[in-house]
Formats: sequence, C-alpha cells, structure tokens
Amino acid sequence: MNLVYLDYASTTPLDPRVLEIMLPYFSEKFGNSSSIHVYGQQADSALEDARANIAQLLNGLPGEIIFTSGGSESDNMALRGVAFAQRNHRGANHLLISATEHPAVSRTAEQLANLHGFKLEYLPVDQYGTVHPSEVARRIRPDTALVSVMFANNEIGTINPIDEIGAICKDRDIPFHTDAVQAAAYLPIDVQKLNVDLVSLGAHKLYGPKGIGALYIRKGTSFIPSLTGGEQEHGMRAGTHNIPYIVGLAESLRLAQVERHARHNKLRPMRDRMIGYILEEIPDSRLTGHPVNRLPNHASFVFDGVDGNTLLMMLDVAGYACSSGSACKTGDPEPSAVLLALGLPRAWALGSLRVTLGKDTTSQDVEAFLSALPGIVKQARGLSENVK
Amino acid sequence: MSGGVDSSVAAALLKQQGYEVIGLMLRLWSEPGTEETNRCCTPDSMAQARRVAAILDIPFYTVDAQDVFYSQVVKEFISGYAQGATPNPCLFCNRQIRWTFLLERALTLGAQFLATGHYARVKPNANGIYQLLKAIDQAKDQSYILHVLDQERLKHALFPLGDYTKSQVRELARAYRLPVAERAESQDLCFLGGGDYREFLLRNTPQVSRSGAIISNDGQVLGEHQGLAFYTIGQRKGLGVQTPKPMYVVEKDVSRNILVVGSSQDLGKTNLIASNANWISGERPQTPFRAQVKIRYKAREAWANVIPLENGRIRISFDEPLRDITPGQAAVIYNGDMCLGGGIIQSSTG
Repeated sequence: MNLVYLDYASTTPLDPRVLEIMLPYFSEKFGNSSSIHVYGQQADSALEDARANIAQLLNGLPGEIIFTSGGSESDNMALRGVAFAQRNHRGANHLLISATEHPAVSRTAEQLANLHGFKLEYLPVDQYGTVHPSEVARRIRPDTALVSVMFANNEIGTINPIDEIGAICKDRDIPFHTDAVQAAAYLPIDVQKLNVDLVSLGAHKLYGPKGIGALYIRKGTSFIPSLTGGEQEHGMRAGTHNIPYIVGLAESLRLAQVERHARHNKLRPMRDRMIGYILEEIPDSRLTGHPVNRLPNHASFVFDGVDGNTLLMMLDVAGYACSSGSACKTGDPEPSAVLLALGLPRAWALGSLRVTLGKDTTSQDVEAFLSALPGIVKQARGLSENVK
Repeated sequence: MSGGVDSSVAAALLKQQGYEVIGLMLRLWSEPGTEETNRCCTPDSMAQARRVAAILDIPFYTVDAQDVFYSQVVKEFISGYAQGATPNPCLFCNRQIRWTFLLERALTLGAQFLATGHYARVKPNANGIYQLLKAIDQAKDQSYILHVLDQERLKHALFPLGDYTKSQVRELARAYRLPVAERAESQDLCFLGGGDYREFLLRNTPQVSRSGAIISNDGQVLGEHQGLAFYTIGQRKGLGVQTPKPMYVVEKDVSRNILVVGSSQDLGKTNLIASNANWISGERPQTPFRAQVKIRYKAREAWANVIPLENGRIRISFDEPLRDITPGQAAVIYNGDMCLGGGIIQSSTG
C-alpha cells in the first residue's frame, strides 16, 4: 500500500546529504576527540568545525555550544543547570515556564518543584497558545531563577514572541531559556536578536540523525553541569563525543537555515490549502494554535465528538501517518495538557489531529489525504460509545 | 492481541493463511492503582503484543475501551453482586466489548473479520447458518463464554485456534519464534489485578457488607453473615456456624438480606430459569428438547429438558439435581459439539 508520511513534527528522515557527510566518521575518521594522536586530532577538528558552524548559524560563540543527546537532554540540562546554579549563587527559587511546554521542560520543572523545593509558576497562554510578554513582565520576580518559553509549539505550531519575552528577562537580568527543537527547522535562531541565554536544539526534527542535539548557553550564565565526568564540552557535559552525529547535526542545521525560504515556499501553500479545506469541509472542526504565527509545515485540528486515537488508527490503515500532537501509542485517551491550556472543552480536545508536512510531501499526497479525511472523520464520529 | 500465547499464535496462523492482519489490543479499565497488574493490558503485555506484531510484520494498535468496559462490565459486575448474583463479567465483556465495541471498530477499519485467540470453532451449515462448535481441545473449549454471539457477529468471527490443542499452540508459538511468555493460567478477573473480589466490592459498593442472619432451611437462626455478596451458592467454608453436619449456602435471599444454609442434600436443584436468552441460530426453538447444559464455565455438562419460554427466558429441568446452580452464571446449551445458545441463570428450584 502507498503510505503517506504526514508527521514531520514527530521526526524526519535523514537528508542523504547529511548522511554522506556523517559516514566517514563511523569508519575512517573514527578517533576519540580527546586523544593526543592524529586520529584524535582528526576527530577533534570535525568536532570543533561543527561547533563553530553551529555557533555561527546561531550568531553565538563556539564556546557557548554544548553537544547533547537531543532536545530532551538539552531541556533537562538547561533547567537543572540554571535552577541549581541560581539557587546556589543568589538563593533564587522561582521557576516560570509556559503552560504549553514540551514534557522535557514541564516534567523537569515539576521535578525541580516536587523534589528540590523550587516554586513553579506557569505562564498562561491565550486561545492560540501564545505566551504574552505582558504576562512574563507581570510574573517575573527578583528571585526568579529561570524563565522557559518554547519558541514554536510541537502540538499546535504556535510561534511565541521570544525576542520580546527575552528583552524583559534581559532587562531584569533573569536567565531565559527557549526550547527551539521544533522552531529550528523553519525559523532563524539568532541568539542576539532573540535575547535568549539558553536554546535547546535537536537534529532529528530537521532531517538530521536522532540521538544528537545541542544546548546554547550564553557566556557568563551560571550553570551547574548535570552529567559529570570527563572534561569534554568545557566540563559541562561528560562523555566521549559522538562525532558522526555531531557532524550530522551541524550539517542538518546549516541546510535548514540556508534552505529556509525554499522550504517555506514549498510547504506553506500546501499547508494553507489543507487548513482551508478541512475547516470548510468537516463540520465541527477547529484549527488549534495560531492561524498566522505558526510553523509553515504545521496544521493541527480538533474535531468535536471524535476519539483521536481511533482517528489516527483509521488514518494509518488508510495509508496516512499522522499524529494527535504528542506521540502516544498506549491508547490512553487523556486529552493533552496543551489543548486544555487553550481552553478547549474535553470532548473537543480528545479529538485532536496534527498533520505536519515535510520535504517529501507532494501536493498529490495532500489532495489524496484531503479527499479521504472527511469520510474517515465521519466514520469515527459514527462509532458507538464514542467520546462523551 | 494480549501478548499472550493464544492471540499471538492466532495472529500468526492467520498471517500464514494469507489474511491481511491488523493487530488490535483492548485497553480495558483497571481499578486506579492496579494498572500494572491488570491481567490483560499491563504495560508489559502491551510491549509484548507490540513485539509479536512487529515479528509478524503486521500493524498494531491499542483501542481504548476503559470507559465502555467500566460502564458495561464493571458496573454490571458490581450491581449483579449487589442483587445477590454471582455475575460472570467475561460474558458481558465478550458480548459488549469484544464482539460489539471492538467488532464495530474492526469493521470500520475495513476488516471483514474479527479474530480472537478463543478456543472454539465457527462453521456455516448447508443453509448458511453459522454454527458455534466446541474446540477440538475439549479441556480448553471456550464456547461457554462465546454463547452470547449471534449470527451477525459469528459471520465476522474467526477462531484460528479452534482446531488445535493448547500444546500444539505452544509448539506453534515456538515454531513461529514468538516471544510469548508462559503466563500462569488464571481464572481471576482481569480488572481485579490479582486482588480479591470481596475487597474490590467493599471499595466500590460498600453497601454489600450489610450483615444479616444466617438461617437454616427450617427457619432457625444459626449466625450472622457479613454481606450476601461474599457468599456463593454451594459454599461450605467460612460460614462460621456451629452445626453437627456440614452446612452449605443454598440460597441468598436479597429482599430479606438472609443467607439460607442447608445440608448437601438441600443443595441439589433440578430446575432453573434463565433470562436474556441467546439462540445462536437466531431462532428460538418452538418446542422443548433434550440437550446437555453447562451451568458454569468449568462445570460438566448435564442432560436436561430445555423449554424455551417467552420474553427471552428458558426453563431447564435437569435429569439429576445439580449442586452449584448459581444466579448470575450462564446456562449454556449443547447438542453434542454444537453450542445452541444459553441464558443467564435467574433462579433455581428443587
């Protein structure tokens, strides 16, 4: 059967150009970047090239880039590293995060609150999931240890005004972190313009390999490393460097940034066609997230009276791989915290669908999907014992 | 698919027979806090089922049925006990969850059949009527539980294991290299998670612990019971009454909250009335007939006269008295290997 992948926000296939650049570092150039000999020097050179390239793409310094195992580790490291350092140095004990953060941020913050005594406060979002800078200004305190607001939301695609929020934090001299794992695939990440102190990145959302990411930490930010051991990464993150993956991360980020306009131009019209058609053709459907300020490949919906998991199962059997917004394969129908934060009623929030396009999506794929979806939603609504 | 040997081998057989197979796992309700021990859908068994599906190279999905299972199985279980019966929730589950809720979803996915790892057989006769037959492995036969199926369901039902013995199924699992753990066979209810049903009832319907009198057949008060739901017809142990001869529970009188006990002779009953009759053929027999009847899943069949009545009721008169006729359990009627249908036992008389 012809399968159509419409879940690029979940993960992406590796770009063959990225793979090609990675390959030599598995075999010929296999050295340990910490070794003295030539093999080590070769590896170290690739490592530092990758670091310098990423720093340049982010408009930061090479010494501000830490390689990690991915977005989740970067988020964990940022929150723990800054929270503990801020408390040690000046007794700051207050964490301010948005209500729509990825679990890598929200669960980490909850653990810091529940096990380590931090005071956790959530920034409310509007009906589109946007965090308003005024809310940050209202809630930020002298004893705030860290503010964390995601750049673009994975479930609903909404892009937050990071530069304005960052300006407020900068003005109060409070560290500001943003999870840019989704955003980096489509938006410029200029750490100076964005006024951010910490940025989480992951490669596999932008046609790079899984299992590699980076954390930007602005020079001068107090930080306590959470993975201790060797002196790799300026002592911030121990462990032998995964050179092929680091090289892959740098190349995939470079391609995302240089091809940004081409990718927007390819995907945005298809995405807009999809949103228009679905809202028109499917009764009791709503777009979730911001209608304009959203990732160009991202469409997300809720349908009243539909069980989201059933819908995904039916779509998959029909050949369309989509998501409900957060990857869940256990069949648990709990509505997502992000959708509830938008103020959606439970019966709507349970029927969520996320469709995210990518480099291999064709307009034929989109048309085929659009011709199938209304009937499938109708069938899902017709099932007895549905969402109450 | 549950991750267990039966449903895994059933899927493997179908795949080998050339069917396009989709694996579905029901996510059923567990009492909060017991999700890890629920027998049918723990995270472990889910991972196991997923692994089996991957080895068979078939798609696999979990279907959430927690709400519907709670409202149509667990609530029935609780209210059955509150009314003095000893309900069999597997009957409700097969009728309402597997063969209604899940079947509907399977058909919506475009499937023609819903297959399970039950030990039973289904075959159309010359007139195109689907017959439910006992499994080849008589010791594992599950037609008792499946007697609730009707023609509309049976025409979509596949039971790939019906022609195999359990030991053959285990061998097949090895031959297919399926990583199925041998789980202890258990008749515990899945949603009790290994816990005691009495404690479950106490937590969920505390009124069942209303104590009352234990009375002998001839009206003598012999002691006090702890709540009728905690006793089963035929039970001897744990009555806490001092009598020269062993005493057995012979009746639970819910309206008066009285537990009636008697000697083993009092226990035998010859007649029962069942309700909610299901006739597999779709037609209620017009005349009484001779048949073999099972009054519990593991009971032996007993010869009886079966008299179909109005309003979905059946009167069954056994040739010999039976000791364990229990309201809430099913009476299932057989003609040799063929399951003809059955109903839920309402009452019994001498």
